[in-house]
Amino acid sequence: MLPFILKRVFQSILVLVITGAIAFSMFTFVGDPIDNMLGQERTMEDVERLRAQLGLDKPIPVQYFKFLNEAAQGNFGVSYRQGREVSEIIMERAPATLELAALSAIFAIVMGIALGVFTAIRRDGFAAHFIMSASLIGVSLPTFLIGILLIYMFSVELGWLPSFGRGEVVEIGGWTTGFLTESGRKALILPAITLGLYQMTLIMRLVRSEMLEVLRQDYIRFARARGLSERVINFRHALKNTMVPVITVIGLQLGAIIAFAIITETVFQWPGLGLLFINAIQFVDIPVMAAYLMMISVMFVVINLLVDILYAFIDPRLRVSAK
Amino acid sequence: MTDQPISPQKEAPSATPSRMRRALDSDFYYAFRHSPVAMVSAVVSIVLILSAVFAPLIAPYNPFDPTSLNLMNGFTPPTEPNAFTGETFLMGTDDQGRDVFSTILYGMRISLFVGFAAVLFAVVLGILLGLIAGYFGGWVDSFIMRAADVQLTFPSILVAMLIFGIAKGITPVEHRDQMAIWVLILAIGLSDWVQFARVVRGATLVEKNKDYVSAARLIGRRPSAIMLRHILPNILSPVLVIATISLALAIIAEATLSFLGVGAPPTQPSLGTLIRIGQGYLFSGEWWILFFPACTLLALALSVNMLGDWLRDVLNPRLK
Repeated sequence: MLPFILKRVFQSILVLVITGAIAFSMFTFVGDPIDNMLGQERTMEDVERLRAQLGLDKPIPVQYFKFLNEAAQGNFGVSYRQGREVSEIIMERAPATLELAALSAIFAIVMGIALGVFTAIRRDGFAAHFIMSASLIGVSLPTFLIGILLIYMFSVELGWLPSFGRGEVVEIGGWTTGFLTESGRKALILPAITLGLYQMTLIMRLVRSEMLEVLRQDYIRFARARGLSERVINFRHALKNTMVPVITVIGLQLGAIIAFAIITETVFQWPGLGLLFINAIQFVDIPVMAAYLMMISVMFVVINLLVDILYAFIDPRLRVSAK
Repeated sequence: MTDQPISPQKEAPSATPSRMRRALDSDFYYAFRHSPVAMVSAVVSIVLILSAVFAPLIAPYNPFDPTSLNLMNGFTPPTEPNAFTGETFLMGTDDQGRDVFSTILYGMRISLFVGFAAVLFAVVLGILLGLIAGYFGGWVDSFIMRAADVQLTFPSILVAMLIFGIAKGITPVEHRDQMAIWVLILAIGLSDWVQFARVVRGATLVEKNKDYVSAARLIGRRPSAIMLRHILPNILSPVLVIATISLALAIIAEATLSFLGVGAPPTQPSLGTLIRIGQGYLFSGEWWILFFPACTLLALALSVNMLGDWLRDVLNPRLK
């Protein structure tokens, strides 16, 4: 068990070192931030002053060392575009994305498992067939089209839900939340569904196929022969044994939810990290891009690591072979 | 597959050694004829691709020719005559009076061009790296496959965005719009090579121990010749299958990036850019500016995707 975890930790550190190098080379070699920050009418003094201020006049190894040191402390310098500390901007934006991602994940997991079990148990029913065909369309539709479709239905035609923004937010100790006001809760619904829909269909299809697999096993037939109720068989015996692959997929999809939030946040103009990143790309705002890259790679690496370790704990076979 | 009936006329006698090949082809054709999904998606894909290729001949207007534009025609609903000029447009016009049908045809050209070029780039890169990794093994193999693992840690759309951002930073400001299409191809292609490299490496590991490779090595052929002339032709069929599915994904990736504003510029709009533009008019009731490009994108992505799925089932069911 321990060598397995150590090996995975080592691989994770390797990934972080590589993304760190990419982030640094973005800083060093991509574009000239001076060009981006100062307009056409600039003097040489302006350029020199800003260059010194940003530390761009130092040799590259010095800059690299400075970058590593600062990045480890979560400091990525000043945004070229907004002229503010990147860490400050990220802290301000993070709650919006995290709330949205958490709600989407809950939606995807709860609905995915429920519909997966339902379509497996009633596999020949009309409803199950309908859900399966609908999920196929859901998987093939690009995320942004789903968002637009939902906006058209619920904002334009029905006028029930807002189409952009977070609504009214309440600030609690530096964290802004939309859960406490009605407009905040309403604003969450459409983006959360848009973001979670793909993951929901994925989990649903996985739960369904795993359930069908498990329900064919002898111990299920035996449980039935013992006269256990369908409910006990389906949930206590069958569902429990489908959970190993499902947990893995859920874990890995959490990272994907954060990444795909970029698309959803753009459709709904949700003031989170994804929208920040897209705007940073459009304006070649390197510090923000680098910070986002580092942040998301830490997140992905940690999630992957946890899933692997969790997997080894849940599935005893993996534990044995890892020894 | 072997016990499927082959119609006699398909087994046309042929003196050349390609007879085996022809029998295979007719099996393939048989499977095709008996799958309505495959036929419909093939027809839809071909019609869409042809209309994109021949866009200048089909499109009633050239949306990029400023002289053919009349601002008075702006926001004409589909099939209704314009209130000022009396002209009618099949799918209406956008804010600048451009015919939506024509912009879709031209936009599809860019979507398809980026999609094909990106997949081609990914295939070539993936095949080369996969062959090298599989054939030589050792540290070259570990290096390439670790790089692939690192990249696979992140969703490909994120990788594409990042590459797009970096490449945009490198290109000088005055060339950014012209370079955008090529940057897009580079970004999507680089985000997609891993799966090809993995499949090719796996197949190469199997093939390189076979007798014909040993024989080629024995008569002194160079490794590059063995890889490209001997091994490659034997491992192409899974690559073809993945490439078809990749094409659908690349088209969607391109549309997503363009929709997000980090792809094709408004001067060379792809379907994604058109949807981005159309979204702005959703609330004011000009639904057609969004609706038709969105439907075209869906039809294109779905038909290519289903064709790819079908190809996978027929050529290589194990990939499922």
